[in-house]
Amino acid sequence: MKDTVCTVCPKGCEVKVEIVDGKITLVEGNGCDKGKEFAIGEFTCPKRVVTSTVKIDGGDMLPVRTDRAIKKELIFSVMKKIKSVKVFTKVKTGDIIIQNVDGEGANLVSARSLDD
Amino acid sequence: MIKYDIGIIGGGPAGMAAAISAYKNGAKNVAIFERDTRLGGVLWQCIHNGFGLTRFKENLTGPEYSERFYDEVKALPIKIYTETMVLSFSEGVITAMNKSEGIFDVEVGAIILAMGSRERSRGALTVQGERPAGVFSAGTAQRYMNIKGYSVGKKAVIVGSGDIGLIMARRLTLEGTKVEAVCEIMPFSSGLRRNIIQCLEDFDIPLYLSHTVTEIKGKDRVEGVVIAKVDENKNAIPGTEFEIDCDTILYSVGLVPENELTKDAGVELSPRTRGAVVDQFRETDMSGVFSCGNVLHVHDLVDFVSEEAETAGKWAASYALSGKREKKFAFTEPGQGVGYTLPQRIDVTDDKPFKIYFRVRAEKRDATLRLIKNGEVVREIKKSRVAPGEMEYVSFIPKGLNEGDTLTVEVI
Repeated sequence: MKDTVCTVCPKGCEVKVEIVDGKITLVEGNGCDKGKEFAIGEFTCPKRVVTSTVKIDGGDMLPVRTDRAIKKELIFSVMKKIKSVKVFTKVKTGDIIIQNVDGEGANLVSARSLDD
Repeated sequence: MIKYDIGIIGGGPAGMAAAISAYKNGAKNVAIFERDTRLGGVLWQCIHNGFGLTRFKENLTGPEYSERFYDEVKALPIKIYTETMVLSFSEGVITAMNKSEGIFDVEVGAIILAMGSRERSRGALTVQGERPAGVFSAGTAQRYMNIKGYSVGKKAVIVGSGDIGLIMARRLTLEGTKVEAVCEIMPFSSGLRRNIIQCLEDFDIPLYLSHTVTEIKGKDRVEGVVIAKVDENKNAIPGTEFEIDCDTILYSVGLVPENELTKDAGVELSPRTRGAVVDQFRETDMSGVFSCGNVLHVHDLVDFVSEEAETAGKWAASYALSGKREKKFAFTEPGQGVGYTLPQRIDVTDDKPFKIYFRVRAEKRDATLRLIKNGEVVREIKKSRVAPGEMEYVSFIPKGLNEGDTLTVEVI
């Protein structure tokens, strides 16, 4: 039995999953269907939202985030791309900093607005 | 003297939410006093997500959450003082200081304390060793990395498995620092389970429960740590020591509400929360002085901070506009299994429902929560899981509560 905590809503249900011969045979503890989906995803193709910072030219750091969860195994290659980028202009929260940062359609967006 | 309806000390998430709420509840002259260069408090450096799940039903980063309130504050005619340090306050007066005005007094109808918390330091823990560079509080390391873009070191050990320590374990790892271990002196982590998964298990970072760093090696720069297992009295067990090479240590060992001003003013503080004693309206024992957010009690979720600050803002506005009300108090007490309850007192002349917040002393599954009034059980609720790192609440209606009554919250 493996367990995880669902992060879809604030309830944070503890979901247990039984895996036999690489296949999921039982899911329990989920408070709803989204939780069941989350738990299955967690043990078949785990994904994470990546949050980091990007250098502002002549300034401090700009907080950034992927606009959706990306495959866990792609995290470090995404981090490499983030390190290679600098921001030169004004940005608004949600502006795309790196398009398709994971190669599967997720974008890296700004997490705050900058007026200069 | 300048006069404001409401003077808010601290412009972080609590201060901003309190300001907006006070304004919306009729206080047209609201001023925020913030010592940093901008509003937002600690949220700007909390670049990770997990904020706003309850309040906005979205999973936001700290800056995104902060900006929602920041934009609203800027859109309202709220006076913002930045780089302004409050030196003291008393009933109806705030004394502050900044570059342009020097030391100045403002007259206020009501005061809201929203100063937040600061971190406990290594010095407070008396750890053996010299004073090499490379020892940081987790929040300082977070600020250096996330605001300034500095790397704090190549190999790190983190002391404390609360959320800040866990979040930094992940942050350091993503930015190329090897996190060798996280030590936790208690037999359980006080952090959220989702953080244990996403910050430690995701990266195979070992967590040593019931362990602590007993010695720091290195003279000019950290060279390593000695870690030992501890017994139930938190004393190192001889013979269990082992060393880990590292050049950086992060201490994430607790937040302390920043109540110097509160103490100086003579407001009653609770030794359990290290914040002011308040009623369900978040008014302290000093007339017209309210408190909310981390300066009142350390929160886990900023969503709860915003809600609490809105309560303080609403009732501070009511005080400023309608004046003092006569209150009669009953009291809450932590019972078996509970570390503290808040509010510590209840104004029984009001019958509006409110939440009693509390923290348990140890993790429990299939627990029973009991509300006991003057020795008699008045409510019993089953809880599938409670933990010290996750603040809980129970809704309560003060009907039938009399002056002098004691309401005890116990979890067994």
